Amino acid sequence: MNKDPRAVAAIFAGGALGALARAGLAQAFPSSPAHWPWPTFAVNILGAFLVGYFVTRLQERLPLSSYRRPLLGTGLCGGLTTFSTMQVELVHMLNAGEYLLAFAYGLVSVAAGCVAVQVGTAVVRRVRIRA
Amino acid sequence: MRGRPGGDRGGASGADPGVNALVWLGVVVLGGVGAVLRFSVDGLVSARTSGLFPHGTLVVNVSGALLLGLLGGLALDERVALLAGTALVGAYTTFSTWMFETLRLAEDRQPSRAAANIAVSLALGLAAAALGAVMGSAV
Repeated sequence: MNKDPRAVAAIFAGGALGALARAGLAQAFPSSPAHWPWPTFAVNILGAFLVGYFVTRLQERLPLSSYRRPLLGTGLCGGLTTFSTMQVELVHMLNAGEYLLAFAYGLVSVAAGCVAVQVGTAVVRRVRIRA
Repeated sequence: MRGRPGGDRGGASGADPGVNALVWLGVVVLGGVGAVLRFSVDGLVSARTSGLFPHGTLVVNVSGALLLGLLGGLALDERVALLAGTALVGAYTTFSTWMFETLRLAEDRQPSRAAANIAVSLALGLAAAALGAVMGSAV
């Protein structure tokens, strides 16, 4: 396990920033079990795009760095996105009898998340081919 | 995002001084702590498993879903829920890494492991969040 204090500091900083953005959005737009949880959905899909972009760029484009991936990938994208809130939202939808909404939210989140990672990855790889 | 309390609807809780700058500072700190915890737990689990499947992220996400379900069941004060739930547990769990690792499994020609990573995470995550809510309500 990597115990490099710079990596841990970078994860802390990235996670702090990501969590602040996510929490700010969640406070500004409170959601209810009967509606599509846009704040969670938006940060999750944005974070999936960014992690595809950052990690691919760091692996395939930039020189090795000890802090960029911890800062941007593990920290920022990890802190910006959330799995736990999505699961609790799904449970609330199911408890409220919103089965179709829960099914759609789960399915669309996973599908859009996969597409977002791929788009983020493709953006980096396309730039490399042209360059 | 400069300490503006959002979510006051129709003035019902408009006078709530609750979510102030100090709370937002707490969100920043606990968000960082959650991310470092995720890194640590992921490292501990990954060191003890095969590496063929992202067990670390699975353990982090399912344990976080249980915790967030539990916190929700406790009916906490808005500020405590924001700090402990949204900031700490929210940053502890991750959607982006889950999706990233799923895609990498698919790229590495492991479609069944990729599908399992989605199905198992969702099934255990839902069960954990529901169990946590029941536990929290029972307290």
